[in-house]
Amino acid sequence: MTDLSHAFAAAADTPLLQVKNLTKRYGARMGCADISFDVYQGEVLGIVGESGSGKSTLLSCLAGHMRPDQGEVFFQTAQGARDTVQMGEAERRRLARTDWAYVHQNPRDGLRMGVSAGGNVGERLMAIGARHYGDIRASAIDWLGRVEIDAGRIDERPSAFSGGMQQRLQIARNLVTAPRLVFMDEPTGGLDVSVQARLLDLLRGLVREMGLSAIIVTHDLAVVRLLADRLMVMKDGHVVERGLTDQVLDDPQHEYTQLLVSSVLQV
Amino acid sequence: MITIENLCKSFTLHNQNGAVIPVMAGANLAVARGECVGLIGASGAGKSTLMRMVWGNYLAASGSIWVGDLDVVTASPRQIIALRRSTLGYVSQFLRVVPRVPTLDVVAEPLLFLGVPADIARARAADLLARLNIPQRLWELSPTTFSGGEQQRVNIARGFAHPFPALLLDEPTASLDAANREVVLTLIQEAKARGAAILGIFHDEAARDRVCDRLIDVRAFTPKAAA
Repeated sequence: MTDLSHAFAAAADTPLLQVKNLTKRYGARMGCADISFDVYQGEVLGIVGESGSGKSTLLSCLAGHMRPDQGEVFFQTAQGARDTVQMGEAERRRLARTDWAYVHQNPRDGLRMGVSAGGNVGERLMAIGARHYGDIRASAIDWLGRVEIDAGRIDERPSAFSGGMQQRLQIARNLVTAPRLVFMDEPTGGLDVSVQARLLDLLRGLVREMGLSAIIVTHDLAVVRLLADRLMVMKDGHVVERGLTDQVLDDPQHEYTQLLVSSVLQV
Repeated sequence: MITIENLCKSFTLHNQNGAVIPVMAGANLAVARGECVGLIGASGAGKSTLMRMVWGNYLAASGSIWVGDLDVVTASPRQIIALRRSTLGYVSQFLRVVPRVPTLDVVAEPLLFLGVPADIARARAADLLARLNIPQRLWELSPTTFSGGEQQRVNIARGFAHPFPALLLDEPTASLDAANREVVLTLIQEAKARGAAILGIFHDEAARDRVCDRLIDVRAFTPKAAA
């Protein structure tokens, strides 16, 4: 693990993701406007804002689910930085299977509901070339355990699982291939608080041990406080404030951020 | 190790008609290696504000705060994160952790972030928890269920797990009994002996007298107009 962290340190000076002037309009309405930022390896970036602030639009553009009207999204690949907006669909899909992961707010959008829990986890491994059944099943069992799903339920379909279990299964499915960048859209939304806590701890550990980078879109300031290194606050498609997470939450400078922070019962 | 020069701070409250409240002007102080400097002054005089500016969760309006060779006032978030991992420790008054994480892991976490192997990090955490009289049967439980004094000691153990060259201590002995207070004061003296620069707030006067080499009254930094 120590050797790994040295490798991470060496890579730490080049951003893993560089976003430049990203803009997406819906007709006359602004989705997100002229957004630029960097994400480095091992770093968690939180994006907060109310519904309609453009944070989910931004995430969709970054992950290639939606094509931005303008702007560049450079991702650091083995062959150097590549603009994922300009690359072909096949190459982007390959990135989505290997280096990226996307955790949907609704686990039904990120899982194959007709396939067993073990199959859901194994499928992503097979997509990157794993063929040995025993290894795949062992990995699936290992990951089900890490997200606290009883190995005895490996052959059940996700439709038989509770919402919290489905979300943990979605995370296992996404992380089993050791991606470098994880996009998360309200990952703890709709979960019981006890499940949220376990998930937060799991994510923190993975960031630390795997050098994972993550971009987390949420409206929950308590979640970003515990998870994000840096924060961007969005309103009406624009980034109105950005900085160190505890600085933005404890000493917000922008009028909107002050309102947002003071409106929360307890962060 | 810590050098503050001509530091100013004001709060702009946009949601209260844009009121601007100047809270600090022309603050200067320096903490050398192996030295403990105590901040004094009445409640609201700006002790915590000053500490938070050094930690970086409050923005300064102008001036500089050097911790080692990094000016926190102009540093990027990434530089501050790196500073907090390796150089600058902070024992705040309140423990803020992910619920359900065992106490032993909460204390070991700062070391894990530095790449210390898990068994060594946990051994160091166990050693500190034992010194601070947290019963071993509690180590596998989350500190969120602990009493105020126990949480405080977990917070201190976490803050002292890594031998930070610079330390911020916000009331480290508040709500502790005599025996545990003694342990904390010893930890502070050991940190000074290994060369740590410490900036602290101690309402406990006897504790202050034991560990502080100098005291600085932050009322000297109150903006004149607001007085």
